Amino acid sequence: MSSVETPDMAEDLPRAPRQIMLDRAKKHGGFLIGATILLSLILIAIFAPLIAPMDPNAQSLSSRMLPPVWTEGGTWDHLLGTDGNGRDYLSRLIFGARISILIGLGAATIGLFIGVTLGVCAGYFGGWVDHAVSFLLTAQLALPGLLLAMALVFIIGPSVLVVICIIGVLHWTYYLVVTRAATQRIRSLDFVAAAQSAGSTPRQVIWHEIIPNLIPQIIVIFTFELGIAILAEASLSFLGVGIQPPTASWGLMIAEGKQAMFYRPWLVILPGLCLFLTVIGANLLGDGLRDITSPEGRN
Amino acid sequence: MAFLDIQNLSIDIDLPAGKLFAVRDISLKLERGQSLGVVGESGSGKSLTALALMRLLPKAANVQADVMGFDGIDLPSVTDGTFGKDILGARISMIFQEPMTSLNPVYSIGRQLTEASVRTGHFTHSQAKSRALDLLARVGIPEPKLRMQQYPHQLSGGQRQRVMIAMALMLEPEVLIADEPTTALDVTVQAQIMDLLSDLRREMGMAMILITHDLAVVSSNVDKIAVMYGGEIVEQGDAAAVLSQPSHPYTRALLNAIPRLDGDARELQAIPGTVPSLMAPPTACVFAPRCAEAKPVCTQHRPPNVGTIAHMRRCILTDDDIAKMVAAVPAVVAERAQVKDDVVLSASHVTRVFQTRTSLFAAKHEIRAVDNVSLDIHRGETLALVGESGSGKSTLSKILLGLDAPTTGSVLLAGEPVTQMQPAKRAGLVQPIFQDPYSSLNPRRTLAEIIARPLVLRGEKSSADNLKSAREMLDMVRLPARLLYSYPSQLSGGQRQRVAIARALITSPKMLICDEPTSALDVSVQAQILTLLGDLQRNLHLTCVIITHDMAVVHQIADRVAVMLSGQIVELGTAHDVFGSPSNSYTKSLLAAAPQFKQDTVLA
Repeated sequence: MSSVETPDMAEDLPRAPRQIMLDRAKKHGGFLIGATILLSLILIAIFAPLIAPMDPNAQSLSSRMLPPVWTEGGTWDHLLGTDGNGRDYLSRLIFGARISILIGLGAATIGLFIGVTLGVCAGYFGGWVDHAVSFLLTAQLALPGLLLAMALVFIIGPSVLVVICIIGVLHWTYYLVVTRAATQRIRSLDFVAAAQSAGSTPRQVIWHEIIPNLIPQIIVIFTFELGIAILAEASLSFLGVGIQPPTASWGLMIAEGKQAMFYRPWLVILPGLCLFLTVIGANLLGDGLRDITSPEGRN
Repeated sequence: MAFLDIQNLSIDIDLPAGKLFAVRDISLKLERGQSLGVVGESGSGKSLTALALMRLLPKAANVQADVMGFDGIDLPSVTDGTFGKDILGARISMIFQEPMTSLNPVYSIGRQLTEASVRTGHFTHSQAKSRALDLLARVGIPEPKLRMQQYPHQLSGGQRQRVMIAMALMLEPEVLIADEPTTALDVTVQAQIMDLLSDLRREMGMAMILITHDLAVVSSNVDKIAVMYGGEIVEQGDAAAVLSQPSHPYTRALLNAIPRLDGDARELQAIPGTVPSLMAPPTACVFAPRCAEAKPVCTQHRPPNVGTIAHMRRCILTDDDIAKMVAAVPAVVAERAQVKDDVVLSASHVTRVFQTRTSLFAAKHEIRAVDNVSLDIHRGETLALVGESGSGKSTLSKILLGLDAPTTGSVLLAGEPVTQMQPAKRAGLVQPIFQDPYSSLNPRRTLAEIIARPLVLRGEKSSADNLKSAREMLDMVRLPARLLYSYPSQLSGGQRQRVAIARALITSPKMLICDEPTSALDVSVQAQILTLLGDLQRNLHLTCVIITHDMAVVHQIADRVAVMLSGQIVELGTAHDVFGSPSNSYTKSLLAAAPQFKQDTVLA
């Protein structure tokens, strides 16, 4: 006969982790703003053909360089004016969102797979694997990223797919550094030893025990890399080795507008503003996610 | 007015979830040179009380007290600046629990010792230095001159705690508060530090407040005892009176929950439930939900303070009621599990050598973690593996589990070499239980997933069957089935340890290897877990290896004891023999160092 009864606990359990995160998300201003910006941008990108008032590539030489509607000489036909070829600037910006979002998501995802795979392997197996991955990381960090990207695009030939792949392949270092450190910490915890004694293979340990615990960090870096990749595309396009005309891309629009920048400043300001908002949104979202998923008691 | 006089101290803390009433109406009196032990489980508010006295509470905490007097000074009226200069460290000083983190790693020992006293203007630099040298010698640090220039990482845990003590004594404080000063240290070091503190107290005529969860530590070191529960002092009085006639049901329950070294192993009386956190001021007795003597009135009114200053309690029970309770003496553990002759696990000449090198081209450095260990473990027995940190017991347990391979020697599990066994088969024979219940469960999985995982890995049954088994296991470790879909962060430490046991038992292994299964838990929860393990072992005919440094736990549950020292087994024998007539000098020192109750402490 034992004297231990079922511990009588208070009827209501502490709240589940997911509930706590949801509550925090609702109260986090930065997260809400960032999420709203990115979400509306994604919606705009998806429904671009329905939203855009005109065909972004339709040229009209009679209405070139029209200013936005709120300035002198603007017309309601072209809300944000037109560019040097008479194309509707609003429509081009809306279609430009497609390229930015596509490249941001695509490149950040490619980087995620490379970085997380290397990081988890280095952290979990340690030893020579870790040494090799660390060497790769040092080599990558020593390379001038933009220059390398330009060279690669130049050699392979520019297209949306190539730009996505090259930006992705060059942006995995943050994933690696963070997941490697986190994996090293997690693998020394007792639940990993418990899984090993229950007969888990390394693959099962990594998938079932380690990866789920990395998800918050991965999401945060993903949003961060999203912003960086969008900027990288803009830089490449601005320099002429990214997206090729006549496709609408914010970086390319800045490049095309730069000759007329001093007397038609909106040609540069408007796409610049779009880039700024997108990257700010991605960073706010990432910071918010970091706060929301951080363990109890921080902040 | 007493030297240190606290009356009706209350502390509440603003948390996001509401106000936590952490400490309520605490009254303490301490005379010059007296020592007071504050005892309680985690969450009882004992550390907060000390921090309130030191003004070290977080900003979210509010402190109220009718009286907070120290040597005639009304403490609340002293400004923070004056308090920091004249009282903190100079007249009231404190030692913390964790010596590994309480020294700053980038400053030398000497600088840390002298800095505060020089800055507050109590000493000149050379005065401070000579005082520090004297103190280091006094607290038992060899070669104090050399040590002054060293950094914390060059010192062992025990030495760091000695440095902390020296630092606290720099300005000859009149009150020393020690918050669990020995919990993080090895047993033999614990005893030395406690002796040192007692000697220093007598020498310097200091008053001391010793905060601990271990009644046995208190029993031989203090004049007065205050037992705290749920933010209140439930019993207080002279140490001898409290320990020989414990009169609050909680104190009695605590004493019955602690494994003891003297006499035969008694059945531990676990206290059901957990310590409450009060989010509203209590209107009833805080201990009533867990009290075996609770009456209806206990849940309706606050209990009164009964008794004299020499021994008071906060309880409705009369002296007659308590006299009756004394009669119920817990039974000696009658039935041990049946030990069979057949050997479940046999280790022969196991040696594990780790090779480390500081850099790629530096010479290899060898560490013999386990050195030529041979061990047979019989079916149904409980073998305790005892030793201090660094003795190789955890490495040995990893080898026995098959998670690490010995450098030389072999381990046979049910007649087969464990290193060559299929993981699934090995998992069905031997399972671990770990020390820290907070890191042994994956925080991202529900209990159902965690418990059923070993079965999922085997892939023999459908997921519905696995879930059914998980439910049965939860029932077996006496957790309610409604917890099945909750996450580990929603459970208390004791509940998590039960989940870990459930996971270990779901494959019906023959053997459990438990690495300090209760050392991270409170005593009342420790009793629950030890009793549960004992019951399960008897019912399921399990073989257990328990790794621990707590000799009282060993005495409580072990059939045989193996004592490890620097990788070798220095003594191996039945628990009776090892405790009765230890042959090895190291075993003797371990036994002598283990905190024990004085003989007159009642066997309640």
